[in-house]
Amino acid sequence: MKSVISVSGIRFRYSTVDVLKDVSFDLEVGDYVGLAGYNGSGKTTLIKVILGLLKPYTGNISIMGLPLEKFNLWDKIGYMPQNTSLLNPGFPARVEEIVSLGLLSQKRFPKIITDKDRRAVAEVLHRLNIEELKNLLIGNLSGGQQQKVFLARALVTKPELLILDEPGNALDPSTREQFFSILEELNKKHGTAIIFITHDIGQIGKYANKIMYLEHTVVFYGSFEEFCKSEEMSRQFGVSTQHIICHQHD
Amino acid sequence: MNILNILQYGFIQRAIISGIFVALLCSVLGLFLVLRRLSLIGDGLSHISFGGVALGLFLGIFPIYIAIPIAILGALAILAITEQMKVYGDAAIGIISSAGIAGGIILASISHGFNIDLLSYLFGNILAITNLEMYLSIGLSLLVIIIISFFYYDLFSITFNEEHARVTGINVKIINMMLVVLTAITVVLSIRVVGIMLISAFIVLPSVTALQLSRGFRITVIISAIISVIAVIIGIFTSFLLNIPTGAMIVVINLIFLLLAFGYRKVVAK
Repeated sequence: MKSVISVSGIRFRYSTVDVLKDVSFDLEVGDYVGLAGYNGSGKTTLIKVILGLLKPYTGNISIMGLPLEKFNLWDKIGYMPQNTSLLNPGFPARVEEIVSLGLLSQKRFPKIITDKDRRAVAEVLHRLNIEELKNLLIGNLSGGQQQKVFLARALVTKPELLILDEPGNALDPSTREQFFSILEELNKKHGTAIIFITHDIGQIGKYANKIMYLEHTVVFYGSFEEFCKSEEMSRQFGVSTQHIICHQHD
Repeated sequence: MNILNILQYGFIQRAIISGIFVALLCSVLGLFLVLRRLSLIGDGLSHISFGGVALGLFLGIFPIYIAIPIAILGALAILAITEQMKVYGDAAIGIISSAGIAGGIILASISHGFNIDLLSYLFGNILAITNLEMYLSIGLSLLVIIIISFFYYDLFSITFNEEHARVTGINVKIINMMLVVLTAITVVLSIRVVGIMLISAFIVLPSVTALQLSRGFRITVIISAIISVIAVIIGIFTSFLLNIPTGAMIVVINLIFLLLAFGYRKVVAK
């Protein structure tokens, strides 16, 4: 299988604390991976290192066959950062304007948003069933609506790789269901590789086809079924907790 | 006297033309700065410009020629201090600001001779703008406005979310550098219009007023520019008729607009 992301021997530290130690893995076309681990285990740091937002002090990363340092196909990646709560509620931008920012990765100087781009924005808003939000200010939306808008911004270029940092957090159960069914459709129909961070391992079993468990290094990477049978994970969580995690979505 | 008769005076024409260009510049850049919580950079750079103006007067060189490169160096130093010393932007602005003021005071003190000139830069005197200063304002304002329009979407994206902007391939470091350099040029151009003491208000007030009425990012930029230009024109006319310092009058008009916009938001748009 073709690797979408290939990570080998990554080490990263904040000050003197090692946050990532010898992290290596491959994400392949069609993979839908849930990334889990306790608070401070390095999940968000790993995502930021992969995207070039943080620089590791050793190791190699390649995305879609290109070393990260030479990677410039940003329109093939959709990224939805964490912390919609940090959004300035008085920011004066409409939903349509925010989603169109996702298209900048396709643009060369001077960057101009055309009618074709506006149609692409309208199409993705329609696909996510949020056309009625188009002219509303982003700060006036609920947390769940904002997450959908940021998903629309990530999807507007029809990316081959989608990276989502805690996407289900601000969503009520039915909206979360709807949100993940959109991701499932993208993964199954269009082969979009997806990696998302979550604290809810049961959510991974329900929606994703692989789980990566991080504890500064990759402790487990494989299918959810393998995860449920893994003795290492039994030691990690205890047999009864592992059983609860593995069967909560049955 | 017909109010329009005062337009026949050359100094009023120069004041209005320079004022409009500088107002456009301050209001457009101001929105990006306010939303990025960099409102105080105008204050910091005006203080470092004070040092530049004092150095120009001390050396007998046209002060604006010295103040522009000094303000640009100050702006880049603010960025460097923020990144290298790992301190927040407001602390970096405080360091550069105090260095500029200290340098200006020392130069003024040892020269004994240009305190009156220096005061005209501190409080501004748009009605005394020369042809050279007007042409400089027009040229540099047009240059800055063209650069901003070419990089409008990059600036918008970084202002909304710097991290996401980087993942769309935008070189955030270069654009941030460009923003502070353009701000430095804008601050120096505004010195003669409102004076070093009031530049920050010229940058912040129209943007905050427009934010009270906002219905989208582009329209907020446009509203901010219109408010700023109207405030300059009304400020020049009223200050001439009432014999009040023009820079202060422009700021008062901007404050009135802000109160009206705030009232509109609270009462009418509720």
